[in-house]
Amino acid sequence: MQAAPTKETIFQVNDLNLWYDDFHALKDVNLEAKNNEIYAIIGPSGCGKSTFIKTLNLMINMEPGVRMTGEINYKEKNLLDSRVDLVDLRRNVGMIFQKGNPFPQSIYDNIVYGPKIHGIKKKSELDEIVETTLKDVALWDEVKDRLKTSAMGLSGGQQQRLCIARALATTPDVVLMDEPTSALDPISTLKIEELMTELKKKYCIVIVTHNMQQASRISDKTAFFLHGHVVEATETSKLFSNPEDKRTEDYISGRFG
Amino acid sequence: MAKASVSSSAHDRLILTKNNRRWDEVRGRALVTTCAVIMIAATIAITIFLAQKGLQSFFVNNIHPIAYLTSTNWNPTGENASYGIFPFIFGSLAVTFLSALVAAPLGIGAAIFMSEISPKFGKKVLQPVIELLVGIPSVVYGFIGLVVLVPLVRDHLPGNGFSLFAGVVVLTVMILPTVTTIATDAMRSLPNSLRQGSLALGATRWQTIRKVLIPAALPSLLTAIVLGMARAFGEALAVQMVIGNTRDIPGSIFDTSATLTTIVTLNIGHTTDGSIENNTLWSMGLILLIISFIFILVVRYLSGRRKV
Repeated sequence: MQAAPTKETIFQVNDLNLWYDDFHALKDVNLEAKNNEIYAIIGPSGCGKSTFIKTLNLMINMEPGVRMTGEINYKEKNLLDSRVDLVDLRRNVGMIFQKGNPFPQSIYDNIVYGPKIHGIKKKSELDEIVETTLKDVALWDEVKDRLKTSAMGLSGGQQQRLCIARALATTPDVVLMDEPTSALDPISTLKIEELMTELKKKYCIVIVTHNMQQASRISDKTAFFLHGHVVEATETSKLFSNPEDKRTEDYISGRFG
Repeated sequence: MAKASVSSSAHDRLILTKNNRRWDEVRGRALVTTCAVIMIAATIAITIFLAQKGLQSFFVNNIHPIAYLTSTNWNPTGENASYGIFPFIFGSLAVTFLSALVAAPLGIGAAIFMSEISPKFGKKVLQPVIELLVGIPSVVYGFIGLVVLVPLVRDHLPGNGFSLFAGVVVLTVMILPTVTTIATDAMRSLPNSLRQGSLALGATRWQTIRKVLIPAALPSLLTAIVLGMARAFGEALAVQMVIGNTRDIPGSIFDTSATLTTIVTLNIGHTTDGSIENNTLWSMGLILLIISFIFILVVRYLSGRRKV
């Protein structure tokens, strides 16, 4: 028996196994992510960290040949158990990708895309969502005069922040981030990191990063993935200062990966 | 060559002279440049030739260009010969736009099926079938139209079977593969991140297709339609076999009709070079060329607006 998830637990993953056809990509993964926390997932390339984060909003289902066992409990509802409504799940579990992927539409239309498909039609309401979310990601001042221009004209960092705003526009509880700064310059990266620290006041954030400094800077908890296993998952400060496992120590001190 | 020895100075080795020039590079460049020049020369030559021939009816035979384009009376052999080609321009544009109107939704629908819904089946079954359709010679389409379609129309619809309608049906089948192939390429070239981005926001696949993918691919999809129209506009043989080739503006789509291309192919053989009728046919050729140029300009404009 696992401990009953407490009220603020957002994700409770129990013994998750995942195969791509014959390849066993995730092995007995156990994790608990709570609200108002940044959960960092680190590990070398191919360790399954990106696969794992994609299971949390079931984007993994887009990949061919995926099979899963175990439990991914989102707010006490097992995503693998019943027929989960993907629309509702993904409205509540936002996702940010490696590279900003705005739609080739106006800045305004990018943000209202989510709210519109989820049924918000009133112009005043949409206007308000655009303003609040853009302010949340500190982009409002930069773009407020050109909301109707194409989002493709923004810089890489601005595009990524726009995508975060777009995800926030559907009022999620969780924001998943899959290496959100790996394609950005240091200044844009810093802005996104500051933003995450702001966002965790309202959301649960799970971030995959290959940048260990980033994980240690911003996260509250860190899980170290290796060959599909969770080697160590604990408080970030403890994992980086006093790792229990030899492999964790080797990895964070740069001896491999 | 003595200078190109090991002891030669940096200057001698680095500065190109007759001796150490990369001659294979020069030859390769000359070869491909020649190919390009021949292409351009052929295009320009055809344009000049067609313009020279096509303008004779106006400058030598003194047919008024406006009357030529707008008059509905085509009677080149009668006593009061009259050269009005408006019915044929109308016929050409009518078959082109009507067939595009039918082929566009069908082709884009099939393209979306192939790129979004069932890529495996699309690649293995649908794509080869479509490529096969492209390869069928137009005379075969025309023949099938004549033997199968025309009697069918005659039996079940108004008119005698030969009609604008039959022409549109044949052309639709002919341009459908063009539209589908180009539209499929357009959909497939969309970055996967767009699909992921939309699905991750909780959009359904259909919402993603309708609100993100189609708008993003729109310029390319329009290009697909315009290229299909260009093909329909230029097609002569297949249309000629089913459209009836009469010289009046059709009153309904079940009436017989004619297009610029069908009139040219039907008549160019039995008119003498330099006669007025012959010259007016050349003028039609010139008009076809001009409208084709317009199609190409539209395509270029659209591809310049591609967003992703």
